[in-house]
Amino acid sequence: MNAYAPQALADPVGLEPPRPTRGRGSSLWGWRLRDQLILLAAWGAGIGLCLIAGAIVLYMGIRGFQYLRPDLLITRPQAGVDQNGAGGFLDPLVGTAVLTLIGISIALPLGVCAAAWIVEYGQGGRARQSLARLVESSIEIVAGTPDIVIAIFGLAVFQLGVLGPLSSRSESGVVTGHSFIAAGATMSLIALPPLFAATREGLQAVPAQVREAAFALGKTRIATIRRVLIPSVRSNIATGATLGISRIVGDTAIVIVVLAEGAPRNEAVGSTPVLGFLRGTGSSLTSFVYGNSPAGEGNSPTKAYAAAFVLLLFILALNGIVGLIARAHARSSGFDVGEARL
Amino acid sequence: MDPAQITRPTQAPLASLPAQTPPSRPPARGRAGGAALLARLRRPWGDRRAELALGAVSLLICLAVGAMVALVALRAWPTFTHNGLAWLGSGGDVDRQIEGMVATSNHPPASAYHVRAWPLLYGTLLSTGLALAVALPFSLLSSIFIVEFAPKLVRKVISPVVRLLASVPSVIYGLIGILVLVPFVGNHLVTIPEKRSLIGTVELTGASVGVAALILAVMITPIMVALISDALAAVPNAWREGALALGVHKLRATLAVSLRAIRPAIVAATALACARALGEAVMISMVSGSISFAPSLGHGPLTFLAEPVRTFASSIVDNHEGFGGAPALDSTLYAFALLLLFSAIVLSIGAYLIKLPLRRYQAAR
Repeated sequence: MNAYAPQALADPVGLEPPRPTRGRGSSLWGWRLRDQLILLAAWGAGIGLCLIAGAIVLYMGIRGFQYLRPDLLITRPQAGVDQNGAGGFLDPLVGTAVLTLIGISIALPLGVCAAAWIVEYGQGGRARQSLARLVESSIEIVAGTPDIVIAIFGLAVFQLGVLGPLSSRSESGVVTGHSFIAAGATMSLIALPPLFAATREGLQAVPAQVREAAFALGKTRIATIRRVLIPSVRSNIATGATLGISRIVGDTAIVIVVLAEGAPRNEAVGSTPVLGFLRGTGSSLTSFVYGNSPAGEGNSPTKAYAAAFVLLLFILALNGIVGLIARAHARSSGFDVGEARL
Repeated sequence: MDPAQITRPTQAPLASLPAQTPPSRPPARGRAGGAALLARLRRPWGDRRAELALGAVSLLICLAVGAMVALVALRAWPTFTHNGLAWLGSGGDVDRQIEGMVATSNHPPASAYHVRAWPLLYGTLLSTGLALAVALPFSLLSSIFIVEFAPKLVRKVISPVVRLLASVPSVIYGLIGILVLVPFVGNHLVTIPEKRSLIGTVELTGASVGVAALILAVMITPIMVALISDALAAVPNAWREGALALGVHKLRATLAVSLRAIRPAIVAATALACARALGEAVMISMVSGSISFAPSLGHGPLTFLAEPVRTFASSIVDNHEGFGGAPALDSTLYAFALLLLFSAIVLSIGAYLIKLPLRRYQAAR
């Protein structure tokens, strides 16, 4: 029979479109061994990341419940360096709060003003653009600078004779540069980058029509910023501020170098009530943990664990606040404002 | 309507508005200076004044950064004039040299500035290098997992986890290191013959470059994961789909197309993580033994990892109590800080420049 016979052409088997089959790569088992191993490693890395975080939180939680007693939170530390007896960490708690307050109240206006200037004014003209680039890269540099370098920069600044009234003097009349004011002001530098970045991102995400509508209603640029833009990026500012606070709360190097004087008690200078305290030396939770770990001089690991647990709770809470703000904002926002990055 | 107003350029009415609106209250001329100033500040600001004020605040930040570089360099200057750049070289025990500086008076002789910090430089590079060697593959794999393979539920969990790991204070990492990992390494991993082989040179307690590098890797991984997974997620879908259409599977497409496309971002993330690792002070000072010992591979690879080390940053923390007492010590520590500052600036500028080509397609998206 002729192979080219019409009935062969009509053979439905030859003309039917190929039945969809599962491709070679669609089943995991068809992969090359190397690829399977890489995939396994990727899963392992991802799960490992979660496990590490879980292990840290769990371990600190167990130790915290083991060693944290309520009276530790409300009693002052012992006067000496050695913390092996009675006494809690009230002073470090107060110190952390005061440092956070000083640091964020300096960083907040700086960060918001700089972001507003860069986004709203920094585009007009070449001179402004290059100035804006300069400001952005300075903040970038601050963000990349190790906190120990920022710490000894702060010390160098507040050891200048002119700034003597902000800290105390040693017996020989040398300005020590150790004080809450000095440490708080230094802290503002490490809180600045996340605040600035979050505010800038928020402002950039505000659609141009919002500004144009405000201008059309006769508002000036600055009035638009104050009445329209800043309120609309409030949640970004809050996110940035929270990130900044968690940086301040968690920083050790600045406290050790600029604030602490060995013993964990907050020592006021002079008799003026508030100013004396702010000019005095002290400690924070982080420096208390450092001082009472085997690396420090206090060497009381149980108290170090307890204080570190409280510190970790603060950090977890701040992280939670960031998440809450983002979620609340995603629900309520009229226009899309990007979530602040890490 | 006033014809003059119609012919004006559109911007002008906005700019001149505050001048036209009368102050809501009569100017407080008779009152005290402070109150008058407050009243003036309360009035709506002119655009020009507001811009100047905001710009001045921004410039303040630039000034602070400039002051930081200048002040640290100024304080470090004596070390450079007395040692040249030779202080980065080797020679003698740097711990002993620094201890000797504490004792020198307020007017130290030129010899007091003598320092040879090679062990510190070596320790810094070693701990950073080891940490990066662990963290880079780990964070590449976990970024691929997060962006490409993680089930929705896991993805929801993992991003807060990364954020948490990034925000755990270094002192907590250090505490876990010194109270858990260091005793574990010292008691179980380091064998007695190993300890004996180094008697007289150094004591192997477990506080070591290995532990420091491991914790450092955990600390820098979240930074790298955040940057790399951002970049991975930003690769245009069409690129990957093109590869998939050619018949490769998802992982191959990711490895061959996405990873190749974001190479600049990977390098940039590594540079930023490197800057973070170089400057980590408190954690390293807690777990690395704080002895400026130079670990040597000649002692065997495991012993090598168990040997103590000291970095520039951790030696600043370890000697912070000497600040203000001896100018020679101050100057030396500021020289360390200047080196860290310099490398941080170079690394962050480098990261910025490397990432520039990525904007090409990110802008097109």
